[in-house]
Amino acid sequence: MKLVVTVVGKDRVGIIAMVSQILAENNVNILSINQNILDGYFNMILIAEISGSKIQLVDLQQKLKESGEEINVDIKAQHEDIFNVMHNI
Amino acid sequence: MITIDDILETNAMITENKLDVRTITMGISLRDCAHPNINQFCQNIYDKITRSAEFLVKTGEDIEAEYGIPIIHKRVSVTPIAIAADACKTDSYVPVAEAMDRAAKEVGVNFIGGFSALVEKGFTNGDRILINSIPQALASTDLVCSSVNLGTTKTGINMDCVREMGEVIKRTAELTRDQEALGCAKLVVFCNAPGDNPFMAGAFHGVSEADKVVSVGVSGPGVVKHALEDLKGADFTQVAETIKKTAFKITRVGQLVAREASKRLGVPFGIIDLSLAPTPAVGDSVARIIEEMGIESCGAPGTTAALALLNDAVKKGGLMASSHVGGLSGAFIPVSEDEGMIHAVATGSLSIEKLEAMTCVCSVGLDMIAIEGDTSAATISGIIADEAAIGMINNKTTAVRVIPVPGKKVGDTVEFGGLLGYCPIVPVRNQYSSEAFIARGGRIPAPIRSLTN
Repeated sequence: MKLVVTVVGKDRVGIIAMVSQILAENNVNILSINQNILDGYFNMILIAEISGSKIQLVDLQQKLKESGEEINVDIKAQHEDIFNVMHNI
Repeated sequence: MITIDDILETNAMITENKLDVRTITMGISLRDCAHPNINQFCQNIYDKITRSAEFLVKTGEDIEAEYGIPIIHKRVSVTPIAIAADACKTDSYVPVAEAMDRAAKEVGVNFIGGFSALVEKGFTNGDRILINSIPQALASTDLVCSSVNLGTTKTGINMDCVREMGEVIKRTAELTRDQEALGCAKLVVFCNAPGDNPFMAGAFHGVSEADKVVSVGVSGPGVVKHALEDLKGADFTQVAETIKKTAFKITRVGQLVAREASKRLGVPFGIIDLSLAPTPAVGDSVARIIEEMGIESCGAPGTTAALALLNDAVKKGGLMASSHVGGLSGAFIPVSEDEGMIHAVATGSLSIEKLEAMTCVCSVGLDMIAIEGDTSAATISGIIADEAAIGMINNKTTAVRVIPVPGKKVGDTVEFGGLLGYCPIVPVRNQYSSEAFIARGGRIPAPIRSLTN
């Protein structure tokens, strides 16, 4: 199952490092990263494969969300199907 | 392959335009619970509801978290109690409503619907007991919703029931007067009620349904309005196309949630209800879509045409996105639950007569309208008769959910709270009486289906 992680917030050092560290610790494999800075705001969309991971999705979501709050960025992790159904027939 | 733009668009719909799934509703048949002893019957229904819906709320929350789409309500609908409880030797179904309320609280759902009777042609003993029990049942429970179907296109309108429901609504208002007549917000009177509607207050589990089904009601007026903001001055072909595309996307999310809920609960998928359901929150309003089309304030001439286009385009877009569509499926216009409608009533641009005209082209009917508390039962029955006639002749569902708030006059505002919202008292033209018309009783015959002029 693929996971879509979106990260939005004020830019600072170490956002990608933090997110990728959490994913790596839980054996979640990153497939693609798209990141830019718009008006000082950090935007990242990351697609990852979660099938090899033992962690429950809700626990991973919680961990990402809490870690994001510590550095003032909003982190969402969603099952890819919500995007697939909406945009593909 | 999903693109970055797709991801950003979906998440903006959820965070900025308030896209949500309004409800996952589990329909549960109570036909196997019948028992002559009412206490045993109540135990039977309590057991069946709590057993069937034990994991409904948890499943809804899991899906919500996994996909990042808010699912606002989880609800249960049951077989109309007038049918399920018909065998009980009793003169009141209030204990049944209380058992439903306890079961709903035990499983943690937001509402339970089905304290209902289908009486379009006539009353059984159970129907009469149910209708007489409605005021007390709604006053002594928190989550129970009640509905009565009193007309269909095939059978005509039961005018005896129309007369009675005017009085039932008044009694319900009186018994819940310390809560701004909240009981009436949980009571809806239908013509052509569908048996697979997941929305309250009118949800019940139709007699032709399977033992259990899961249905989903979508929402998303804010998303439609946002899509139209980029179309200033564009012609109606473009407006309709844009609404269709947006409705398709909204409905696909509903279909995904329904499919997952059905799979995880081991309960067959029933239908998706395509209704655009508003909330009192700013940016989640059907009235504001109409205004986005170019009507200065909802209710001005052109409103009915705008709503007709909206309703039709939502259905056309939504149909292809779901394997089974049903329920009410259209745009809702509940006054107190729609920030733009509330504003339009407060500014005087929207009247109850215009709302009645709007119900000819959209989902449901005169919905969540607070009126003066001293409005007579006969006038309320007259309103019900008019609305039922629109449904009967046009072969569509119509409904009345009016709230005669005791002690309130035009100029006052009532607050129901939560999704039910707030509403200025809407003036009713009742200086002339409907008394003698309503007193006649009997049945309005089923209408001719040809010579349709």
